Amino acid sequence: MKKMLEVRWHGRGGQGVWTASELLARAAISEGKYIQSFPEFGPERMGAPIRAFTRIGNEPIQMHCAVYNPDVVVVIDPSLLKAVPVTEGLNDEGILIVNSKEPPAEIREMLKVERRKIWTVPATEIAIKILNSPITNTAMLGAVARITGIVSLESVEKAVSELFSGSIVEKNIGVIKEAYKEVKSE
Amino acid sequence: MAVAKQKMLALNGDEAVAYAVKQSDVDVVAAYPITPQTIIVERFSEYVADGEVDTEFVCVESEHSALTACLTAAATGARAFTATASAGLALMHEILYVTSGCRAPVVMAIVNRALSAPLNIHCDHSDSMVERDCSWIQIYVENSQEAYDSIIQAFKIAENQELLLPVMVGLDGFTLSHTLENVQTLPDDLVKKFVGTRKFPLVTSHEGKNVPFKLDPKKPMTIGPIDLYDYYFEHKRQQEEAMQIAPKIIQQVHKEYAKISGRRYGNGLIEPYHLEDAEMAIVCVGSTSGTVKTVVNELRSKGTKVGLLRLRTFRPLPVKEITKALENVKAVAVMDRSLSFGGHGGAVFHEIRHVLYDASKHPYVVNYIYGLGGRDTSPNLIQKIYRDLQRILETQQIEKPVQFIGLRE
Repeated sequence: MKKMLEVRWHGRGGQGVWTASELLARAAISEGKYIQSFPEFGPERMGAPIRAFTRIGNEPIQMHCAVYNPDVVVVIDPSLLKAVPVTEGLNDEGILIVNSKEPPAEIREMLKVERRKIWTVPATEIAIKILNSPITNTAMLGAVARITGIVSLESVEKAVSELFSGSIVEKNIGVIKEAYKEVKSE
Repeated sequence: MAVAKQKMLALNGDEAVAYAVKQSDVDVVAAYPITPQTIIVERFSEYVADGEVDTEFVCVESEHSALTACLTAAATGARAFTATASAGLALMHEILYVTSGCRAPVVMAIVNRALSAPLNIHCDHSDSMVERDCSWIQIYVENSQEAYDSIIQAFKIAENQELLLPVMVGLDGFTLSHTLENVQTLPDDLVKKFVGTRKFPLVTSHEGKNVPFKLDPKKPMTIGPIDLYDYYFEHKRQQEEAMQIAPKIIQQVHKEYAKISGRRYGNGLIEPYHLEDAEMAIVCVGSTSGTVKTVVNELRSKGTKVGLLRLRTFRPLPVKEITKALENVKAVAVMDRSLSFGGHGGAVFHEIRHVLYDASKHPYVVNYIYGLGGRDTSPNLIQKIYRDLQRILETQQIEKPVQFIGLRE
């Protein structure tokens, strides 16, 4: 892997955007990697577009500023595709992962985006099926693990079982596994 | 002693501080639990509720009372801690002086945040820079790991019998306080042993007896009584003498801690980064120093002789160390995350330029006010500062001694 991977998460207040960022970071730390996970703080309103960030590296991370050029952008809520500039600053070789049941080509067409790699995963459908609720953060986390390979599926499961408790642990692990399988590339 | 086996945790800066306090065998934590309070005391109150510590946790009605409770607890010989931020620190202003004047070794974490108005909850250093004259030791950290390490060190520094001065440890609001990072933590028993138990110098009581310097009904004494033009001046002079020996003690504690943890932050006072042969240097305080380091690495890889001086201890000001680190540099940019309105620059700039006046050589010294109210400072902005220094060296001229960076003009 390159020196450091930077991930930007897009979602809405209440969708567990920061939690997804934190789970990814915790999975990485359990593999002995160095991490940062932080949200973009503002007035926190349910439903408002928010962002969170994860940095993962093999060495201690010195940088303490915002993420300007992410390697990976994750869109937890597809309604944001038209609401916020999700590809802003995304490297040409960067990866865009979108919660959508459509194939990646449709997203490319809709965003009129060139280069970059686009992946989709039907996170809402998976979440509704298993969690009975459209909470898609863990599904997207499973997709990130699969597509980037930055953390193993086992580490993600471990992070979920450490941070969550009760019956939602198993359900979310089920969501992650299914999303891991269901990702679609171009 | 060999470096201890440590446990890597994912903690944000607030949690790292709370964890260090939990391990430091603290007797009293008093805090105002509402905004602008931080997760530090929230997490610590959970340790208390879960029976993980036997600390007396006192919820008070204001920060003014929080520090008063800590000061009085410390005066009876207890180990006391509190945390605050922004307006909370401002409300403590009066008691900051009382605490240091009573030589009460309280430790306080400051989550550095902007002062109102306009209302802002994000990071800058205005809250604690304005308290630089109150006879508290001030340490500013770069990351959550250092926040953890510095809190543990702070108790040992403050309680040193020669020193007996309170210590504030500043960590950047949100950038550190709410960012999850890797934190290596020491075993509980090792921290407890390192911090040790409080010891008290013997002083002469009003009955003419030698008694330990603490409030004890069996050995009565008065701490903080009226003290007019007969002795007040001498007592203030004693505080300044304590400040003068503080650098030695801070370095000593830092060194002892490095032995068990394997972690060093320069010499505990300043952290020079690629300064040996640097022609241009930035002086910075807090988490932005890390971003500066990444820019230094990048510019160094292209052959530019740049460096950074991170000021870890701001009070007492490490005059000799700053002079030695910077006198051979040709141009210095001081970054200030606070502004002394009408004062020609920020607090750090004032100090650095002032120190270099007595140096054998005089580098150009300019000031950049950055990041007020949480405005982000990108690597590009740091690069611009180094470019500006390059131009100063080329033209041998300073156009603007004080300027803002990362601001809409």
